[in-house]
Amino acid sequence: MALDLLELLINSGFWAATIRIACPLLLATLGELICERAGILNLGIEGIMTIGALVGWTAVYLGAELSTGILVAALVGASFGFLHALFSVHLGASQHVTGIGITLFASSIGYYSFRILLPSSTTPPKIEAFQPLDIPFLSDIPFFGIALFQHTSFTYLAFLLVPIVFWLMNKTPLGLAIKVAGENPMALEAQGVDVLFIRTVALMIGSSLMALGGAYLTMSAFDAFYFGMVNGRGWIAIALVIFASWQPFRALLGALLFAGLDAFQVRAQQLAGAFIAYQFFLMLPYLLSIAAMVLAAKSTQYPRALLIPFRRGERH
Amino acid sequence: MRLVEREQTPAWLPWCAILSSGFVTLIFAALLILAAGASPLEGFLELFKGAFGSKNAVAETGATATPLIFTGLAAAIAFKAKFWNIGAEGQLYTGALATTYFGAGLFEFSAFIMIPFLISVGFIFGALALLPMVLLRQFLRVDEVVTTLLMNFVIILLVSYLLEGPWKDPYSLGWPQASPIIDQGVLPQILPRTRLHLGFAIAILVAFIIWYIQTKTLFGYSSKAVGHNPSAAKHSGISVTKTMIGVAVLSGGIAGLAGVSETAGLKGYLTLDLSPGFGYTGIAVAMLGNLHPIGVIFSALFIAVIYVGADSMSRAINVPSYLADVIVASTILTVLISLVVIKYKVNLGRKY
Repeated sequence: MALDLLELLINSGFWAATIRIACPLLLATLGELICERAGILNLGIEGIMTIGALVGWTAVYLGAELSTGILVAALVGASFGFLHALFSVHLGASQHVTGIGITLFASSIGYYSFRILLPSSTTPPKIEAFQPLDIPFLSDIPFFGIALFQHTSFTYLAFLLVPIVFWLMNKTPLGLAIKVAGENPMALEAQGVDVLFIRTVALMIGSSLMALGGAYLTMSAFDAFYFGMVNGRGWIAIALVIFASWQPFRALLGALLFAGLDAFQVRAQQLAGAFIAYQFFLMLPYLLSIAAMVLAAKSTQYPRALLIPFRRGERH
Repeated sequence: MRLVEREQTPAWLPWCAILSSGFVTLIFAALLILAAGASPLEGFLELFKGAFGSKNAVAETGATATPLIFTGLAAAIAFKAKFWNIGAEGQLYTGALATTYFGAGLFEFSAFIMIPFLISVGFIFGALALLPMVLLRQFLRVDEVVTTLLMNFVIILLVSYLLEGPWKDPYSLGWPQASPIIDQGVLPQILPRTRLHLGFAIAILVAFIIWYIQTKTLFGYSSKAVGHNPSAAKHSGISVTKTMIGVAVLSGGIAGLAGVSETAGLKGYLTLDLSPGFGYTGIAVAMLGNLHPIGVIFSALFIAVIYVGADSMSRAINVPSYLADVIVASTILTVLISLVVIKYKVNLGRKY
């Protein structure tokens, strides 16, 4: 068994799979992190990922460039973020109910449109998805070439977004405002900054990243849209945000760890599938997310204004 | 835009607000039917016929409302106490697992004992499925939204394992389904030769029991107080943890009853498609019923009309049946708006 594990760790395909599995989780986790930093729990994540997966794929299916598909997914994600903001920020409605409502709304309207677009398709049509890049020299290095340098450009974009989100949150006035909106909105208001506006912007940026996480599934990991393909990844991302203590680089670590365990699970299934039913392997990601939340619970410092609606002129 | 809390809410306002949210949803649905290239008027007519057009249609609407009353109550009880149980889907399946384990031949009693027995085990196991999450929340501060959501996936995978493996009915011709519930355990039909079964009456009874508990008992009072203001509740001597555990037991247990009723009442055996998301739809039912147990009965009936009607409408005018899900989801959002309008005056414009 120990030998098998070692064999796995020196298997470049395992590392490549880990990176592939990590991408949608990473994008979704970064998106949720930005929303929660601004004080808004975005439970619309699962539905926004579904609609992102659908519209990105649809744009390409209808003839758009892949890059346009990414843009369309991000814009649709942002508009669902705006819808969330209308309810949770401007009307001050319950963030839990708003989020679940957005998730049900986004996924059902996605499925409805998919059925209108393709009334009777038994096998989902495929698009020409992102292909692995062939980088001169780097892709040919033994082991590291396959593990790190034979990925699609969407994959590199996902990883590039980690330092970008870090920079946004820690080095820009907007990022600072987002963080204060989630910690002490009264102080932000006292500075003359519109808390509702900052929270809306954060929700729109965060939701566009979630939609990209979904689009990664249909445009890079696979090349077709399937019903139920997001399969709880959004909820796992919410657990990862807590595990990552709302820090972008820790989100990267969490997503990679998680994806590594998932890739390991797939291979273990092949090895031990004869003795243990596959359903138990499929349970692992969900159980691990719960375990990660339990382990992180003691040290968890939620943004202080998370879940608290802000109303101008009211004391909190 | 600015919200000002109302000092007085006119009596007509809540009803008008809820009704207009239903109206807005219907207009939105009409637009979606147009987008599919069909006539909304014809669509709504078909919807109405599908839900009320015959004795069978009415019975079908009642049969669909049954699990929705249970899951709607489960959500309403929990949300009232601000305990965010989004795991009714998993608890429903846990109740169905218990019904199958105890009801498919392990014990044989007469129906007078067998049915209450199955109801009890379904309730207990539904409650047990939620209990760890409330304990994690109260003692380790682990957010229950995510844990209850993730457990849905775990439980459904467990059901899938059991149905494909050890519990698979050898006489099912290869379909992944469990052995049928024995005759004494099957909930009898209320309307002969339809699918409307005793579960419907039990669901309404449970709604009235919950109403009684919430309005007439100390526990009901504390569960509302805990949701309204936990620290004030604590100062007035209410044990928040005990109350939350009680709320979780009721919520999970009632979601488990939905599983009992679907397995022993509607289908007679457990399958993997026992619930097309009744657990999640229960949230819409609870919202539309204003988290009130009797309101839940009416909103479950309304949403059942949408489901059953949209099903036959989609066949009649060739519109994707996902329309029902869109209507249910937009109901949650429009009701949220109306709840805000009930509580606050909306002043448009930036003068303040």
